[in-house]
Amino acid sequence: MKAPKFSYTRATSVEHALELLDTHGDGGRILAGGQSLMPTLNMRLSQPDMLIDINGLDDLKGISLDGDTVCIGALTRHVEVMNSDIVAEHLPLIAEAMPYVAHVAIRNRGTIGGSVALADPAAEMPACILALGATLVVQGSAGKREIPVEEFFHGLFETARADNELLVEIRIPSQKGDKVSVFLELARRHGDFAIAGIAAYGSVSGDTVTDMRLVYFASEDKPTIGANASAALNGKNWSDETKEAVNTALESDLEPMANLHGSAAMKMHLQKVLTGRAMDTAVVRASGAGGAA
Amino acid sequence: MSEEMVTVNMTVNGENVTKTIPVRTHLVDFVRTELGFTGSHLGCEHGVCGACSVRVDGDVVRGCLMLAAQAEGSEVVTIEGISDSGEISDLQDKFVERNALQCGFCTPGMLMTAAELLAQKTEMSREDIREFMSGNYCRCTGYHAIVDAIESVNNSRLKG
Ligand SMILES: Cc1cc2nc3c(=O)[nH]c(=O)nc-3n(C[C@H](O)[C@H](O)[C@H](O)COP(=O)(O)OP(=O)(O)OC[C@H]3O[C@@H](n4cnc5c(N)ncnc54)[C@H](O)[C@@H]3O)c2cc1C
Ligand code: FES
Ligand code: FES
Repeated sequence: MKAPKFSYTRATSVEHALELLDTHGDGGRILAGGQSLMPTLNMRLSQPDMLIDINGLDDLKGISLDGDTVCIGALTRHVEVMNSDIVAEHLPLIAEAMPYVAHVAIRNRGTIGGSVALADPAAEMPACILALGATLVVQGSAGKREIPVEEFFHGLFETARADNELLVEIRIPSQKGDKVSVFLELARRHGDFAIAGIAAYGSVSGDTVTDMRLVYFASEDKPTIGANASAALNGKNWSDETKEAVNTALESDLEPMANLHGSAAMKMHLQKVLTGRAMDTAVVRASGAGGAA
Repeated sequence: MSEEMVTVNMTVNGENVTKTIPVRTHLVDFVRTELGFTGSHLGCEHGVCGACSVRVDGDVVRGCLMLAAQAEGSEVVTIEGISDSGEISDLQDKFVERNALQCGFCTPGMLMTAAELLAQKTEMSREDIREFMSGNYCRCTGYHAIVDAIESVNNSRLKG
């Protein structure tokens, strides 16, 4: 279908965008890459009064290194993150996950900030930044505030960002050289939203796993740390026995939502399969060159 | 709510155009109905099928997920543009030779996307090609012949 009627303004600065958000309240909507917003307009699932186009705000674009932190502007497009040398070197988890985000033409427009602000439970980037312990910088007319990622995702398309705030930056600690990360997902077609997925980040020395954070997506209403599964894993050797214990613990972490892609039971099964594969891969990577990738 | 209008100015297939249109006009509707470039097709209108693919400032994008107003000042190229320039004539010949189209509905989008892939000028496996083309649906061919055509053009361009 065609989009409903709306007004449209190109924001000329962050302050201008915030002013428009304050003026239009509930009826105002930020237009970043448009790759999630436009489909909902075309299908008439949402009907904002005013689209506030932030694509001209160059201050919100780009990837830089600030000491041990990688700073990614909210308006940085998926394709730029995917091709970034800084990301390849310092955030191999994100580099591994990005090719799974949609398809070329969508990555050419879609932005990392849009993906994080939207908080689709099946999206890759929210899960990765949760595994890596990122900080989200949001800005309102009263100023900026920083939100730890653990407190950012509240539920289905719900975050700690207030309606009149703009997500301006994502700050992600550089991955440590002695840690490993693994990203895996299952989807029907490459680039489609996942049916089940995992992002894992932690240490493996010899066969012993420590500090591993297992994050699951595409099963709960938000990306979720498998706290019990991680506890059953850390301090142990990765073995059949540990796998068994982790799988059992995972049942108390997740309560998958059934959807068109699969039943709750199937999703739980797939998350267990992915956990096993992720840890097999982590062990191999840790024993290989440097382990960072 | 009344229909808000906007005047847009951009280059489409090398020609400068200025038009006043409803703000909610999608880029693909703009090129089709305002300018008559009907080679870009509308399938799903929500980003899934790729039939509406057009090039904006050098990158292939979904024409149904971008407002014409957002292309202000941009350079837009449609299938008509890259056909006339000869950029993909080798690929078009291969599509015909390999029977990489049947009804042809998906073909303009396939060609626009493949053009971006071929512009990378790198060695690629059939798997790489499938991954790159994964956002474009074809309901007729089963994709095999499309991958054949792209692979063969990439190989000959790399040799040539
Ligand atoms: C066919 C298809 C397949 C896809 N597959 C995947 C996939 O596999 N994985 C995946 O993760 N995504 C997928 N996507 C979505 C895509 O990644 C989007 O680019 C992304 O989810 C949203 O980013 P955007 O910049 O396009 O945001 P928009 O669509 O512009 O905005 C999305 C929402 O976030 C808000 N918003 C955007 N930026 C900000 C900001 N800086 N501050 C505050 N609010 C903001 C908007 O108001 C809107 O509500 C797919 C999309 C399509 C069409
Ligand atoms: S019509 Fe745009 S992707 Fe299907
Ligand atoms: S040739 Fe008919 S859809 Fe591809």
